[in-house]
Amino acid sequence: MSELYDPEEMMTIAAARALSDGDVCFVGIGLPSTAANLARLTKAPDVVLIYESGCIGAKPDILPLSIGDSELVETADVVVSVPEIFRYWLQGGKVDVGFLGAAQLDRYGNINTTIVGDYNAPKVRLPGAGGAPEIATNSKQVFITLKQSTRTFVDKPDFITSAGYLTGGDARARLNVPGRGPTQVFSDLGILQPDPVTKELTMTSLHPGVTPEQAIAATGWPLKIHPQATVTPAPTEIELQTLRDMKARAAQAHSRSNLRAS
Amino acid sequence: MADITSLSSAVAGLIHDGDKVAMEGFTHLIPHAAGHEIIRQGKKDLTLIRMTPDLIYDQMIGMGCAKKLIFSWGGNPGVGSLHRFRDAVENAWPRPLEIEEHSHADMACAYDAGAAGLPLAILRAHRGTDLPKYNATIREITCPFTGETLVAVPSLRPDVAVIHAQQADRKGNVLIWGISGVQKEAVLAAKRAIVTVEEIVDKVAPRANSVILPHWVVSAVCPVPGGAFPSYALGYSTRGNDFYKRWDAIARDRDSFAKWMTRHVLETKDFAEHTASLSEPAHV
Repeated sequence: MSELYDPEEMMTIAAARALSDGDVCFVGIGLPSTAANLARLTKAPDVVLIYESGCIGAKPDILPLSIGDSELVETADVVVSVPEIFRYWLQGGKVDVGFLGAAQLDRYGNINTTIVGDYNAPKVRLPGAGGAPEIATNSKQVFITLKQSTRTFVDKPDFITSAGYLTGGDARARLNVPGRGPTQVFSDLGILQPDPVTKELTMTSLHPGVTPEQAIAATGWPLKIHPQATVTPAPTEIELQTLRDMKARAAQAHSRSNLRAS
Repeated sequence: MADITSLSSAVAGLIHDGDKVAMEGFTHLIPHAAGHEIIRQGKKDLTLIRMTPDLIYDQMIGMGCAKKLIFSWGGNPGVGSLHRFRDAVENAWPRPLEIEEHSHADMACAYDAGAAGLPLAILRAHRGTDLPKYNATIREITCPFTGETLVAVPSLRPDVAVIHAQQADRKGNVLIWGISGVQKEAVLAAKRAIVTVEEIVDKVAPRANSVILPHWVVSAVCPVPGGAFPSYALGYSTRGNDFYKRWDAIARDRDSFAKWMTRHVLETKDFAEHTASLSEPAHV
């Protein structure tokens, strides 16, 4: 691999590699959607992508800006109502992988997308829950992708919007949550996985050129690096080219003005 | 039989200050024209209900129409924040906004329960999350058969539901296809319903995944071609992704927002004039 790539590309490619043919994946918008579609266009052509707008089996050629672009409807196997997608398909246990982004993440994989500061007098009001709390609990497992920094990988989030392993150990299991929880986190520095016993997210792979010190410095809790941590294989030419082509098509399509001529 | 009427008379006659108003459309078919008309008519003290407030409620909140918002995800999809919504919650501008916050799953079920005439919805949700600490309407209920602890939320029963659809016939039978969101549930849960449509046709021809709302569950049908923009109507338009991106800069600042709303909504008499005004060279 001679060509240069940036850390966000490595993050997206590492995340895409985690999906397999036949996986039924409930996709969040943004980075998760990019990674899931990259998987579909490279190693997992038969991954099934579900968007919360009700599109099941979507195969967009142009990455959607929202979870309900017409590209998703026109390429879906079936489109169902919003109550149905959450009740029958997600709560009904049909989803293998929930793929989420986050504003903040803690060491147990708990996600905050609600507020920074006090709930009743927030410093920053974030969008809120959307589909995530139930994707996080009702999918068989969860993948999370976000850039790693002390602002995003925090010691104590101000709010838990979507449950990971809560306070760690068997806390999640005690709540009788159907899904296993976050099994992999993909950042721009590496891959984190929960410790089998404590459930604390531990760095199990570092992307090429990233040092343990760098990862530790970008984390708001005392990050543990797994003793057998590996180096993530660098992007292949095909992965990189497919990702760049996909993003170029989206950038072009999303900047096209489609005001009605009236 | 639904009245086939102008949007301005439907809003004037069917939406009152203080009403609980649900304007639905999940990314697709968002009734933006109706939002503008509510702003033009200066409706106030509304409780606005919508899963994804989107630009339509960012505009209505910024113009001071709302006293309360019931919602589950308040962002500009794929772009970032809804700045007017944030300014209202963070700084009480232009007025304080009470919020009642849910997840998509519980809100979708609450509409469904409203349509079904039930007092509550029951689902497996919110386990381990903080939201129930701040929203007293999210409560626990025990299954009488299995003993499982589940979540109960009260059903949504809006005074008025407002949606956009592709077509209606001359009696007011409404046809929707593509992403149907929670519009059917919102209309059936509400006391009154306003539907703006791309066009009135002699006979609606249902297609795959289409939803029919019979004329006798609809109060008013108003022809407003393109009335979802910058959202879209499958078969008629595609999503105005470029506009969604440009809205970020317009809404970020109070003055530029006020200027935009004045020129493009308050000073236009209807949605056709609004749309034409967006082609002005001066449009930000």
